[in-house]
Amino acid sequence: MDSPRLTPFLSMASLIGLWIVAALLTDDAQILPTPWDLLPRFGAEMSSGELFEHLGATLLRVLWAFALAMTLGTGLGLIMGRSERINRWLDPWLVVFLNLPALVLIVLCYLWIGLTEAAAIIAVTLNKVPNVATVVREGGRALNTNLDALAQVYRLGWRTRLQHIILPQLAPFIAAAARSGVAVIWKIVLVVEFLGRSSGIGFQIHLYFQLFDVAMVLVYAFSFICVMLLAEWFLLQPWERRVTRWRKA
Amino acid sequence: MVFVAALGKARDALAKSVITVSIDSKRFGASPVLGALAFSIAAGETVALVGPSGVGKTTLLRIIAGIDSDFEGQIVRPQTMAIVFQEPTLLPWRSVLANLTLIHKGLTHSEAVHMLDDVGLSGKEQLFPGQLSLGQQRRLSLARAFAGRPELLIMDEPFVSLDRETAETMLTLTENLIARHRPATLFVTHSSDEANRLANRTLVMKPLPTGAVLTPSDA
Repeated sequence: MDSPRLTPFLSMASLIGLWIVAALLTDDAQILPTPWDLLPRFGAEMSSGELFEHLGATLLRVLWAFALAMTLGTGLGLIMGRSERINRWLDPWLVVFLNLPALVLIVLCYLWIGLTEAAAIIAVTLNKVPNVATVVREGGRALNTNLDALAQVYRLGWRTRLQHIILPQLAPFIAAAARSGVAVIWKIVLVVEFLGRSSGIGFQIHLYFQLFDVAMVLVYAFSFICVMLLAEWFLLQPWERRVTRWRKA
Repeated sequence: MVFVAALGKARDALAKSVITVSIDSKRFGASPVLGALAFSIAAGETVALVGPSGVGKTTLLRIIAGIDSDFEGQIVRPQTMAIVFQEPTLLPWRSVLANLTLIHKGLTHSEAVHMLDDVGLSGKEQLFPGQLSLGQQRRLSLARAFAGRPELLIMDEPFVSLDRETAETMLTLTENLIARHRPATLFVTHSSDEANRLANRTLVMKPLPTGAVLTPSDA
């Protein structure tokens, strides 16, 4: 019963089972519908194309914010991990941004930049950069100094150093930041859409919240959870396996 | 006439020098580590650097290699250098072959395979360094050093922490590679046997309150 392949499915099945029990006990589809109550609504949203339109809009925002946050956070974390002097200067900033509520940053970005796509993506990016930088900074501190010396003696170019010496050492830290990043980013994107966009899963949830339509809120939420699970299983986990295969060889 | 001839010989020797070291001082904070010391190594010459633990041998090696630039003095280095650390210091996430070709961009596939063959690692090109024994990792480290045909080879206790048999094999291998490639070589050792086998000359570092110096008779 404890097979590595079977256990995740059994775990997921037990969660759905718990949902079914709770829905049957509630006995009110308006409050908590059963999974099979959602299927016709899900089918209708798919056939009308509306589900894909909003999924696509959210996914695009998640991808932009993820790419920007990972690039900026990795760069910042690496610099702070390598230079104690820069770290002393930037660490208080990091603490401020880590403790700034996501909602405050989102509202400020909308107020300062306007209700635009750029403001939405910047707000999400700024929320995630400090987390990525904090994780990658630890990787930067743990870099092997002998490999630095090696690169110096053999006069390796910056691109070779980055690609073959620094990034492979940072890979476990980047992977950890990426996995937690994706999960956090899409949740913040939903808040951003909820507050100031006219498309995306967050916007639809806002709409059905006003209509008190729990089933449609769940349809949109679960659709995106499925997309993120697929990204985790088919993109992030294979990438992580690839960059760490030398450890298991 | 005698003076002019001597001057000419000295100039020739200097011209043949692959590396010229002239250090005035090196400090870690307020503590002096190295005092005034100067020497040069000619092409094909192998020099052993010996001295008690903590005297500053590795610090001197790091300065010579260009890893530590915080010192007073001057070093004239060649274009191509190679270093062998106490630990193999490989790229564990890249294959054995890539550990040579990524470091030496001009190295062709067949040259890299030939180099691996020279150090007894044929057939292991596609393995990761973690799949090799410590002795094989040291061989790969040596192969990487010689693959770039360095004018100057620096080795920091290259045979330390190896069992007697492996150390002997590595010593013979290094001896052969040095004889074939003939770089100027500077290596740190605590073993008089290694110094006698490999070196043409031995430099002895001696600690002084003003920083370590080379003893005049050996420098």
